[in-house]
Amino acid sequence: MALFLLKRLLGMIPLLIGITFLSFVVMHLAPGSPTDLASDLNPKLSQIAQQRLIELYGLDKPIAEQYWTWLKRLAVLDFGQSFAPDGRPVLDKIAERLPVTIGINLLSMLFIIVLAVPIGVYSATHRGSLFDQATTVFVFVGFATPTFWLALLCMILFGVNLGWLPISGVESINHDQLDFWGRLADYARHLAMPVILSAFGGLAGMSRYMRGNMLEVIGQDYITTARAKGLAERVVIYRHALRNALMPLVTILGLSLPGLIGGSVIFESIFAIPGLGKLFYDAVMARDYPLVMGGLVIGAALTLVGNLLADLGYALVDPRVRTEK
Amino acid sequence: MKRLLLGLAALIALFFLGLNAWSGQTPSYGDRIVIGTIGDATSMIPMITSDSASHEMSAYCYNGLIKYDKDLNIVGDLAQSWDISPDGLTITFHLRRGVKFHDGHEYTSRDALFNYQFMVDPKTPTPYGGDYLKVVKAEAPDPYTFRVSYKEPFAPALASWSLSQMPAHLLEGQDPRTSPLGRAPVGTGPYRFGRWLPGARVELNYFADYFEGRPYLDGLIFRVIPDDSTLFLELMSGGIDWMVLSPLKYQRQTDTPFFQKNFRKYKYLSSSYTYVAYNLKDPRFQDVRVRRALAHAIDVEEIIKGVLLGLGQPATGPYKPGTYWHNPNVRRYPFDPAKARQLLAQAGWRDSDGDGWLDKGGERFEFALLTNQGNKNRENSAVIIQHRLAQIGVKVTPRTIEWAAFINDFINKGRFEAVLLAWTMTPDPDLYDVWHSDQIGKLNFTFYKNAELDKLLEQGRQTFDRAKRKQIYDRAQEILAEDQPYTFLYVPDALPVVQSRFHGIEPAPAGISYNFIRWWVPKNLQRPTMER
Repeated sequence: MALFLLKRLLGMIPLLIGITFLSFVVMHLAPGSPTDLASDLNPKLSQIAQQRLIELYGLDKPIAEQYWTWLKRLAVLDFGQSFAPDGRPVLDKIAERLPVTIGINLLSMLFIIVLAVPIGVYSATHRGSLFDQATTVFVFVGFATPTFWLALLCMILFGVNLGWLPISGVESINHDQLDFWGRLADYARHLAMPVILSAFGGLAGMSRYMRGNMLEVIGQDYITTARAKGLAERVVIYRHALRNALMPLVTILGLSLPGLIGGSVIFESIFAIPGLGKLFYDAVMARDYPLVMGGLVIGAALTLVGNLLADLGYALVDPRVRTEK
Repeated sequence: MKRLLLGLAALIALFFLGLNAWSGQTPSYGDRIVIGTIGDATSMIPMITSDSASHEMSAYCYNGLIKYDKDLNIVGDLAQSWDISPDGLTITFHLRRGVKFHDGHEYTSRDALFNYQFMVDPKTPTPYGGDYLKVVKAEAPDPYTFRVSYKEPFAPALASWSLSQMPAHLLEGQDPRTSPLGRAPVGTGPYRFGRWLPGARVELNYFADYFEGRPYLDGLIFRVIPDDSTLFLELMSGGIDWMVLSPLKYQRQTDTPFFQKNFRKYKYLSSSYTYVAYNLKDPRFQDVRVRRALAHAIDVEEIIKGVLLGLGQPATGPYKPGTYWHNPNVRRYPFDPAKARQLLAQAGWRDSDGDGWLDKGGERFEFALLTNQGNKNRENSAVIIQHRLAQIGVKVTPRTIEWAAFINDFINKGRFEAVLLAWTMTPDPDLYDVWHSDQIGKLNFTFYKNAELDKLLEQGRQTFDRAKRKQIYDRAQEILAEDQPYTFLYVPDALPVVQSRFHGIEPAPAGISYNFIRWWVPKNLQRPTMER
């Protein structure tokens, strides 16, 4: 098992380098440069000033050299400094946005799992029931509704008309003056809409997925055997069937790891949440190469780690995977 | 004499007090205003940033040597007065005494000198160095005098000293990109920095020692809300007090009793004009008859009505209508498709094959009209223009391109036929950067060249006398109107909306924020704020 892990980890390094190299080249091939936004069509710009910026960013050097410099810094986990006028370290910028994005995504994922598993199991075991049919409708609605539209409707209803929930942001202006519980409640009120809405779309898919898995497992011979042995239906479903039906879910959870930090541009924009999605989007628009690369590296690393975790998760749920090799 | 003046002052004071008593209220201190903004600031050192959010927020923390008053006249700010030498080569600023930075340091000419040096330092990554590189000598002979000399008279020079004055004692010898001032500004302005939650909000608190007196409002909070719809919902739910409306929201969504009770809408001409610029290297557009024909064929009123819902005015040149520099008597191009066809026919464009499109020498008159992505008004204008030009047999294909690519690949390389864009107008009338033939390949990206205009623009820069300058730029506007290198489209209205508890707002040509420190909220309407 340890060897398996080590091999997998080592194999990730060339893969990561390959990904970053391709990203670096593609990004520099994209039209526009970081100096465009700062300088172009600016009546007060002199040619000298633009040249200054280009040299400052090291953009006058060949791409290969720029990449090599970048890679050397990356080796010591230095992501460089943002090209934005604040010139802050990329890691600082990411670190400051990370908690809120991870927080929201974790909460919504938790929300999805806690609801999707029972819904899926129940619809599978009560196939064709009113509940099953209702969830089918719910799934279609969940898939078909654009979340940004739903978000706006909820904001109008709960924020403007009823005045129950804040419309955007993650904390009130007087947040700092509240006591501990007050702050917690403040966060909860702000996050309620974004978390529930971002879970909404995922919930639909995940519950359907869980239902499918469950149905498949229930149809297996060993379940019939278990039933034939006279085990209680409860035991059959929750001890024997559920465990196996959860396996594919573990894979999906592992793969959704990069999504946890990627965040969603649309969501973060609508709810004015200072998260990573918006940060990276703005960085791409401004051609802030170091920040974009920082985001890419972290995203790529997490995708690889997510794969690894999914494999490990399999091993945990299914002892057969553990004993192989 | 002194007594007379005192008496007069007392009378004026009484008059204003009386006025206030008549309106039933005297200004009171307190409350904070929450301003909604689409983007976060990038740095609080405005001289190294180019985004409007950074400039807007840091403006409350800094002063320049001069500023514009409500009628866009240059008046003293940190400089009490100034002298311009008779040859126009030297400006001597006499600085206000006793002005304090937020950290208690006194502002002196040493700071002014430092700010000049900062702007011309090759290590400073600023896009605004151009005007200061023209200075040949800058000196601070005593703590309250700052003098700059130019090689030749440069009329826009005075305006350039609205430059934000940074504290020399904090910025000297520092890399501006890593200086703490970038995150926490220290200036002489009416508001001092409170805190900054990146991507979420920036808080500023009043500066008690501000040299023009303590501002009435205790603070400003800029809330970053990237989505326009969310911004509007926040306004309605009381989450923000001040935002800028789109024409649609101004006309159609804010006409409710709720809005009339809780908000004040303002409307004044903004400082930008939108235009269609032609690539004058293209032989088709070199013919002035063609450019005039296109101007006749585009119905500007229709664009203003359709795109801006009537909230704007036609542009006839590069100045804001109704201001001192605007020349209302230039040649105009009323909507007249017949005239347009006639002019194009004179230029040899006819529909010889009967397919509905004009052609000449076997080539159809068609071109792409480029504009940048993300500006709905421009995209819609392009579509209306496409429709109108199709009616005279000219085929237009509108294309939208993402900004950085648009500038780099099309504008800078001169690879376009026509573009739909806008310029910001500065209060100073200098047009050199955009229209002088020296600037071809830079901001004069249309390759426009007119010898008479070149001469006028050079003269305009060297003339300090306002009346003489006016004559020069009046003629410049006539030339541009005759030549039509651009089809000037419109000047949109700026449409801010402010919660009605804020008093003291007086719209003027400069907008509404010029007297921000005199805005106030009556005690009974102030929102409870906890003690800091």
